[in-house]
Amino acid sequence: MKKDSAKSLRVFAIELAIYAVFVAAYFFLVLHLLGTWLYRLETQHRVLYAVVAILLIAGQAVVLDAVTTLLFRLLRRRWR
Amino acid sequence: MFFPISNSHINPLYLVIVGFLIGILGGFFGVGGSFIAGPALRLMGVDWNYAVGTDLAHIVGKSIVAARHHRTLGNVDLKLGFFMAFGTIGGAEAGAQAIQALKRAGSVNTVVSWVAIVVYFSISIFMLWESQKALRSHKTQARRVTDAKEADHSAFGPVTKKIQRIRIWPMISLPTSGIKEISLWTILFVSLVGGFFSGFLGGGAGYIRMPSMVYILGIPTHLAVGTDLFEIVISASYGTFTHAIKGNVDILIALVMHTGAVIGAQIGVVATQYFAGPKIRLAFVPLPLIGVAIVLYTLLTGHKL
Repeated sequence: MKKDSAKSLRVFAIELAIYAVFVAAYFFLVLHLLGTWLYRLETQHRVLYAVVAILLIAGQAVVLDAVTTLLFRLLRRRWR
Repeated sequence: MFFPISNSHINPLYLVIVGFLIGILGGFFGVGGSFIAGPALRLMGVDWNYAVGTDLAHIVGKSIVAARHHRTLGNVDLKLGFFMAFGTIGGAEAGAQAIQALKRAGSVNTVVSWVAIVVYFSISIFMLWESQKALRSHKTQARRVTDAKEADHSAFGPVTKKIQRIRIWPMISLPTSGIKEISLWTILFVSLVGGFFSGFLGGGAGYIRMPSMVYILGIPTHLAVGTDLFEIVISASYGTFTHAIKGNVDILIALVMHTGAVIGAQIGVVATQYFAGPKIRLAFVPLPLIGVAIVLYTLLTGHKL
């Protein structure tokens, strides 16, 4: 039982580390490349901004969920 | 880091950690965690109108992930979720309009802060009283319960039954939730009130809707958590849209917060499998009080971190 939870914790820590690298790269892409464009959109075309905002957050949710699920699966298989 | 849309400087790591914590709360309790997210953004100097709108946007993403996981665990009543979405959307629009009126009057920060304090505090006290009573009666009966879902009973049960007996046409059945008959108007009323607080205080207002679903509608806690999340996807999307049009959403902040929430939500969903209903509700008690403390701090001192 203790062995299992230690293994789960290790898998989770590795996943977190890999995820942190992804997120850092993602921050650079989104905040630096999309930041100015989104700011302009928010001030000039509010309706379009609202649609883009929902699409961005929903898209990010689906992609990040797929990434974390894949990471969990790969790491668990590796540590089994 | 500077976020130009809301004109605020916030450390992205702070946003990721806040997102992670409320991700766990969302997966475990089925609440959006706005009683933490809203005050946490206020603490960094973000105006309430932006805190409300941005939190709604972040909740859309988080709820999509958590609701999907709950669906695979069989914790979602789709029929109830769709009905509730109608009431919530109406309430969310009314809440957003109230925020606009306060924004024009220049008193949005003060009024929303005090309403938040009263609402969060009341919820904590009520859930503390109810969950302790339910746990005590459970121990007295000394029933042998092997399944966590079987252990889900509420001290508010007799009141719930009376509410379910209200016969105002149309009456509907919710077989997934184990409810033979309930008035559609009861469901719409609960979702309308939840929707108003969602539009007014931000988030999905799960802190109102989740307890209401358990105590007023009589939905089992595990199903209330999953259905609430499913319904939040629909209503928070609408809330985000209407707040974004009104200039209250900083999507960049929401995107950063959400990266932490994805991991947190997975942990929260798995954790629900190991606890019975009253225990989940008892663990919920201190959370709104943290929000109260933060709002009181920013309100009384005018300080931010």
